[in-house]
Amino acid sequence: MAHARQLCTFYLHDLYLGVDVTRVQEVIRVQPMTRVPLASREVRGLINLRGQIVTALELRERLGFPPRPEDRPPMNVVVRTADASVAFLVDEIGDVVEVADESFERVPETVPLAMREMFQGIYKVTPRLLLVLDPERAIASASDA
Amino acid sequence: MMVEDDILKEFLAESRENLDALDREFVALESDPSARHRIATIFRAVHTIKGTSGFLGFHKLEALTHAGENVLSLLRDGRLALTPEMTTALLAMVDGVRAILSAVEQTQAEGAQDFTALATTLNALLPPELAPQRAPQPTGFVSFDDEAPAAPAPAAPAAAAAPTPHAASPAPAAPASEAMRPAAITGPAPALNTVAPHASPNTIEPPSDAHGTTSSESSVRVDVVLLDKLMNLVGELVLARNQILQLRAQTGDTAFAGTSQRLNLITTELQEGVMKTRMQPIGNVWNKFPRVVRDLARQCHKQVRLDMEGAETELDRTIIEAIKDPLTHVVRNAIDHGIESPDERAAKGKNPTGRLSLRAFHEGGRVNIVIADDGAGIDPERVRQTAIRKGVVTAERAARMSDREAVALVFAPGFSTAAQVTNLSGRGVGMDVVKTNIEKIGGNVEIESHPGQGMTLKIRIPLTLAIVPALIITDGGERYAIPQVSLVELVRVEGAAARANVEYIQGAPLYRLRGNLLPLVYLHRALGEPERAVPANDDERVLNIVVVQADEHQFGLVVDGVSDTEEIVVKPLGKEIKGVTLFAGATIMGDGRVALILDVMGLAQRAGVLTNARDRERASGRVASQSQADDKTTMLLFQVEGDGRIALPLSMVARLEEFPRERVERAGRRSVVQYRNEILPLIDVCQALHGEPTAVGDGPLQVVVYAEEGRSVGLVVQRILDIVHEPLVLKQRATAPGLLGAATIQGRVTDVLDVHGVIRSIDPTFFDRQSAA
Repeated sequence: MAHARQLCTFYLHDLYLGVDVTRVQEVIRVQPMTRVPLASREVRGLINLRGQIVTALELRERLGFPPRPEDRPPMNVVVRTADASVAFLVDEIGDVVEVADESFERVPETVPLAMREMFQGIYKVTPRLLLVLDPERAIASASDA
Repeated sequence: MMVEDDILKEFLAESRENLDALDREFVALESDPSARHRIATIFRAVHTIKGTSGFLGFHKLEALTHAGENVLSLLRDGRLALTPEMTTALLAMVDGVRAILSAVEQTQAEGAQDFTALATTLNALLPPELAPQRAPQPTGFVSFDDEAPAAPAPAAPAAAAAPTPHAASPAPAAPASEAMRPAAITGPAPALNTVAPHASPNTIEPPSDAHGTTSSESSVRVDVVLLDKLMNLVGELVLARNQILQLRAQTGDTAFAGTSQRLNLITTELQEGVMKTRMQPIGNVWNKFPRVVRDLARQCHKQVRLDMEGAETELDRTIIEAIKDPLTHVVRNAIDHGIESPDERAAKGKNPTGRLSLRAFHEGGRVNIVIADDGAGIDPERVRQTAIRKGVVTAERAARMSDREAVALVFAPGFSTAAQVTNLSGRGVGMDVVKTNIEKIGGNVEIESHPGQGMTLKIRIPLTLAIVPALIITDGGERYAIPQVSLVELVRVEGAAARANVEYIQGAPLYRLRGNLLPLVYLHRALGEPERAVPANDDERVLNIVVVQADEHQFGLVVDGVSDTEEIVVKPLGKEIKGVTLFAGATIMGDGRVALILDVMGLAQRAGVLTNARDRERASGRVASQSQADDKTTMLLFQVEGDGRIALPLSMVARLEEFPRERVERAGRRSVVQYRNEILPLIDVCQALHGEPTAVGDGPLQVVVYAEEGRSVGLVVQRILDIVHEPLVLKQRATAPGLLGAATIQGRVTDVLDVHGVIRSIDPTFFDRQSAA
């Protein structure tokens, strides 16, 4: 019996993405944010999450997508990392889905490297492919910048 | 033997406390050997450890403490007099116990270290006539006094089954104890109680003072993690309270208003209470110093008296942790390098016993720790020599330093005055580390040396890092917090004065604050925010200047608005924005929004208020650019364009010359003149600084000849103004290439030329060739 994995899914631009559900602390609506001058572009600000200060990262900026339309407020996917929690700003939240290991594949080489290295791989699910985000990689680039 | 985890933990924690107390008592005892009540305390502490270790099946520990207990019991009864050898051996026992305990903590076992020799040493201290008493019975049979409720029964078989190292002396105790009934070290159960009547009155302890009962009744041990969690929760509660208070203002319901007021008061009290639980007396760090001082003094054959004052001064536990090592280092240094040997001291007419004093006290919301000794102090000349030898400063610079500045060089990285590296100090953790560590927690260090009379080190640290008072300011619609520790004053200038009082040098704004030049940093510029629209009308102009202190420099931070001071809870920033050195952290405001905490040091660095002093010194050669130079410098003042005044230390000037214009020739792309059988390249200072050639009439060129190691350069200036002899104090750091900064000379703001910088801007290889030559 193959192992199954649960992913918290969300939509970003034209992609269907997922993060391991055990890593997701919570999903919240848009929050008041405090801008951080001089920080890298994807850092949208700081959120007070019940006393915990969380950095909000715009995943669209990170993946090089055009900005989200003004009339579409983003959702925060708060992900736990070794350091602290980070909120990823995404377009829309999907379901928690269960995926089987057999449907897993590495990201094809044809995907640009900068984007490819932010994903752990692809699950071939219907109706569309589900890309698994590597939270550490997605954050690392922000701190490098 | 399997031991319940909780019991073991309890045992370890309790033993640690006992050991710390032991160190203290031993050292106190040595200075006053007649204080028998101290021996009684020590005896009880050792006895407790012994008893519990027997019960838990730690036989090595039991054997070791038993050997110590034997000696102690005779001391207590006055049958032995305390000698330094005895103290050393007993302290070694304390160390041995500590070693075993840490092994137990890590591995749940006693570890492989062998303490039989130490036990033998301890036994050898006993007088021969009491020798039989040295032969203890298997210690498992030593009964516990009534305060150790643990039943001896379960421990006994275990102890008997596993022979302890010193059980090598197999004689049964019972007959032996006859010879020394009163001492009753190894005696049966009632031993401790029977002792009391025989002992001299001052050894009788009030029953309530018996080991540890009082402290265990009045206090409980709490996990630090739990404390931190409580602290966080209280932070949450404070926030919720603030929100409710805002709501109250909106609703106007009196019952609700009353309740929220109560909530307000309770929250404040709770916050204070929880803050207090995190506070620890600085004595927790100092406790180990008597022992450190004693051991060190003996090793160096010095006599040192340690005075401590203000041990009850409380600090947040995170700060206590942070100052532990720096303080220890400073104390070691004082004994190793500061205090002289008794002979030397006697020769100097000092008391052969050196004095080291530690003092802690609150002052202005901060804690001051003053460490003073009456030793040799720091010889500024030796510091200079060492600093030069180690390449910390150039010889020229060292010569120009005041004694005070020279002494402060001990804080420079890579510096150690120890003539020889001893195993005591000089292990690579120098004073620079002390300084860095103290600064890391928002403190500062000052050193004061009186050669021949001693030195004083003054450390100022904040009370806590978790909740700090801060000034809330607004800029660009966002709020920022500036920790109060870096605040100096607030200045508000309105109307026309807001424009008139700001002067510019090379585009860098300066404000005249009571006769001193205060460099201004506009916060929105430092943060890379868009420029502000300036009101056309002078009346609407407002300049809010927050004067802050970064290191030894003050500068004025220009902000949009100043709100209020508030106690803020400091929270760390995620690594995604740690790279932005302008922020020291973040905090949550009353309305639940996040505000960033400004890092004044980071701001100063970014705005160029603090340039890296050492780099600059190297670049500028011999210019005294220290802000505190007491010495006067002879300077040449000249003019380059308009009324811009520039100063240059006269020591860098070889000659002043006038060249008729027709003598100027071209060599390559440069202007040169023939001068003393050499070709002297000319550099137009105005051109170098402003990009425009010096406007000269038909008169001769005014040239300042600068020479260094056989190579010369002519600096073309518009007019030589004066030669003055005044202190050169750079009030403001470099604002433009080619300048070191600005100073007040003859009461006027004057730029100071960076000759090397100017030459390099025209001829980048000038100094390379020179060093190659």
